Amino acid sequence: MCLAIPGKIRSIESQYDGLVRMAKVQFGGITKEASLEMVPAAKEGDYVLVHVGVAISIVDEEEAQKTFEYLKEIGEIDELIEHTQI
Amino acid sequence: MQYLSEYRDADVVGQYLDEIRRTVTRPWTIMEVCGGQTHSLVKNGILQLLPEQVRMVHGPGCPVCVTPLYQIDKAVHLAMEHGAILCSYGDMLRVPGSKMSLLEAKAAGADVRILYSPLEAVKIAQENPSKEVVFFAVGFETTAPANALSVIHAQRAGVKNYSILTSHVLVPPAIEAVMNDEDSHIQGFLAAGHVCAIMGIDEYYPLVEKYNIPVVVTGFEPVDLVQGILMVVRQLEKGEHRLENQYSRVVRPEGNPEAQKVIAKVFEIEDREWRGIGNIPMSGYELRTEFGAYDANKKFSVNIEKVSESSECIAGQVLKGIKKPFECPQFGKKCRPQSPLGAPMVSSEGACAAYYHFSQAMEEV
Ligand code: SF4
Repeated sequence: MCLAIPGKIRSIESQYDGLVRMAKVQFGGITKEASLEMVPAAKEGDYVLVHVGVAISIVDEEEAQKTFEYLKEIGEIDELIEHTQI
Repeated sequence: MQYLSEYRDADVVGQYLDEIRRTVTRPWTIMEVCGGQTHSLVKNGILQLLPEQVRMVHGPGCPVCVTPLYQIDKAVHLAMEHGAILCSYGDMLRVPGSKMSLLEAKAAGADVRILYSPLEAVKIAQENPSKEVVFFAVGFETTAPANALSVIHAQRAGVKNYSILTSHVLVPPAIEAVMNDEDSHIQGFLAAGHVCAIMGIDEYYPLVEKYNIPVVVTGFEPVDLVQGILMVVRQLEKGEHRLENQYSRVVRPEGNPEAQKVIAKVFEIEDREWRGIGNIPMSGYELRTEFGAYDANKKFSVNIEKVSESSECIAGQVLKGIKKPFECPQFGKKCRPQSPLGAPMVSSEGACAAYYHFSQAMEEV
């Protein structure tokens, strides 16, 4: 039940007389409503992580890339260490 | 990027697994705290693919599993005897209480509804002014902002017939409870990424220092999990213990300040009973007194007796990672998801249920 998945903000509207920002968020083929109250900086086109109808984090594109670079990086660092030891 | 398919890429998972194999020289025991991660590790077959030296044990992080039986009985009672519209997340409704589950209460005529979000429950309350609407608010820190927000929405909209029945638990005290057990052999932790998305990572520094253990904040997709495991193994092999963040695309070091504000406004920290483990001091959220009008416990006087759990269930040891589900004599025999004897078999995110579903799937292959 702790599932939280990333989706793309398609549109934003305000409810409760402008007190609450709600977004239409697209997850693959389906679109669901999510509250943006926890992510005031979120804007259309951003990817947000949504959990039980509330966006809890904006996904950071630059940081996302690191997962794929990590292996290469540690490889290079290890190599560096090996070379320094010689 | 779609931030989903890339993290399920079998090639990338394979590269990480290769690197884990190259790195590991000795046996290590690592716990993932969160039930969502347990589920993902089992479902994606990662446990089978890890080298033998890396032993993953599964923590108490399934909120549905650790919700005490009497709380479920209380929810059933509110639905059956008080005529409340009882709403919660799907998994929660399926968990058997001492007499019946909420879904069984529904079959018996009670108004029980599965919701995606607690915010929908406030709308239901608005549409049904003559009825009481109760949301069974379980969860870890991840879910607390949404549950708190529902109370704030109700207050803002002047909705008086809405309340929540809380059974909220916190991760750091659970890690302490696990580490303080003298039978615990855990050498490193994967911390739950979505919990940290809310709370940030600062709460884990003291745990790293106190127990000299590596803690890596980790995501939920297969690539996240194998990277998190590699980061823990690298630290262990080097004799280090640090806090690292594998899930930096979602988890900022400070967490989500807006969410923390909402939690602090609505909830305060209290002692809490965990099903299968017992009382853990300062390990859960309770509604603040100012929000008493939204507290189902205060609104309805319900006296539910505590029922004791089956003595054949070794849930406490499973939830603390001391024993694996297979090591329980009742696993798959008397205890199955349809008729669970204890906490870790009740939800698909519980360790026993995850193993059970997986072993069934293996037999069918
Ligand atoms: S298999 Fe069933 S009885 Fe055994 S520990 Fe798990 S929940 Fe308890």
